Amino acid sequence: MTKTIITVVGKDTIGIIAKVGTYLADNEVNVEDISQTIIQGYFNMMMIVDTSKSSKPFGEMVGDLEKIGDEIGLKIRCQHEDIFTRMHRI
Amino acid sequence: MINIYEVYETNKMIDQEQLDVRTITMGISLLDCIDSDLDTVNKNIYNKITRVAKDLVSVGRDIEREYGIPIVNKRISVTPIALVGGPACHSPEDFVTIAKTLDEAAKTTGVNFLGGYSALVSKGMTPADENLIRSIPLALSSTERVCSSVNIGSTKTGINMDAVKLMGEMVKETAEATKDNSSMGCAKLVVFCNAPDDNPFMAGAFHGVTEGDTVIHVGVSGPGVVKRALESVRGENFEVLCETVKKTAFKVTRAGQLVAQEASDRLGVPFGIVDLSLAPTPSVGDSVAEILEEMGLESVGAPGTTAALALLNDQVKKGGVMASSFVGGLSGAFLPVSEDQGMIDAVNRGALTIEKLEAMTCVCSVGLDMIAIPGTTSAATISGVIADEAAIGMINQKTTAVRLIPVVGKDVGDTVEFGGLLGHAPIQRVNTFSCEDFINRGGRIPAPIHSFKN
Repeated sequence: MTKTIITVVGKDTIGIIAKVGTYLADNEVNVEDISQTIIQGYFNMMMIVDTSKSSKPFGEMVGDLEKIGDEIGLKIRCQHEDIFTRMHRI
Repeated sequence: MINIYEVYETNKMIDQEQLDVRTITMGISLLDCIDSDLDTVNKNIYNKITRVAKDLVSVGRDIEREYGIPIVNKRISVTPIALVGGPACHSPEDFVTIAKTLDEAAKTTGVNFLGGYSALVSKGMTPADENLIRSIPLALSSTERVCSSVNIGSTKTGINMDAVKLMGEMVKETAEATKDNSSMGCAKLVVFCNAPDDNPFMAGAFHGVTEGDTVIHVGVSGPGVVKRALESVRGENFEVLCETVKKTAFKVTRAGQLVAQEASDRLGVPFGIVDLSLAPTPSVGDSVAEILEEMGLESVGAPGTTAALALLNDQVKKGGVMASSFVGGLSGAFLPVSEDQGMIDAVNRGALTIEKLEAMTCVCSVGLDMIAIPGTTSAATISGVIADEAAIGMINQKTTAVRLIPVVGKDVGDTVEFGGLLGHAPIQRVNTFSCEDFINRGGRIPAPIHSFKN
């Protein structure tokens, strides 16, 4: 099963992980790994998640997370892992 | 496992460096639509295209959303219409009815361009070929999304100079027929030498007879990504420069290959090829010219430009070939003047002429593309430019193309606005010494000696 990568980029604020985590839990998405760092002054968080148990269509999840991002002034993306593995692994 | 820096790098390419998949093009064979009755052919064509391509646009959008990479265009290419319409069409006007049907089918499926209103006449013209060619001005002025191309020569056959002469006239007539719209018809008309059967890029895409019933081709892009990568190796030697281009091209092409495979699986249509062309757009930071300037040229057109372009093309191919299981189409850098802000600037500052652009096409740019010229340019002169470009293709065993726009009512010093992806262009000077007696000779230029390999 291909994994999904959720990235959050922007200014660090309180409750980012809580907001995203609640949404994922509500939709039965399992978080497998979280890492975060500051790149060029911006807060970057990446979650590796498994959406295989979720009944939410993938396209909708992308839109919902985008909306949560807009509410707290951050860019949240949800993408299939393949796009990254194909570009960075032979 | 993928790490946060790699994810960041990919998303930065998409957000800030205009990485995108330029087009998913579905090739559709219309050979099974042939009939001797014109109405039946039209009905068959409309039904087949709207049936097999009905999900193309929505699948493209889904992939775009799920992988987070923009897919700029969804398009269709069809079997050259001169072959499909031949038995039913007995006049240019008959062919125009098919052009209108194609336009309707394009609108129904939601694609922005449909290519294949084409004839392959590299050695000779059948009456159907000639009728189709003569119908091009009316076809392109009475449709919106149909693109036309004509192959007038090849390394194997030589150059059909009768067709070259005719195409000069048709380019002029198309400009005249669409003069109220900046002679826009000519932006949808390409004259080829050595046209490939599997090109996904407009305006020259058609579905060759060597292809299967339906196929998915993908055209990648990414001039902005290459330019940014080169910024980090300023002043380094050519080995470092070439390695950087190659690695970047690999990454860009892998994204294209992924999209191609996904589209092929979801649509149930075989995957054809990935086209490795670097395709610019008029937006800032998405320019092939800027890559060449980043290599160390004050302006595109300066001495050194041809060498810079040659190495760019070669490295893009070397990186791209490894990233995709099948490579094809045009796979050469595009230099469409009106669609590349860096090219436009170079023309405006007097650094880039048509003659220099012609030299650049020798080392694998695809051709003289989207160049606006004075509306008073004669048909014979346009034919002469086509013949020159075809000769470069024929002798160098490569694809070359000409897409000139003689803008009615405009002259050197003016600018023409096409809008959208087609951009805007300054009118460029064309050498006005006559080649009329040369073009009027008629007949064929024989195939070159090195084409006899058997």
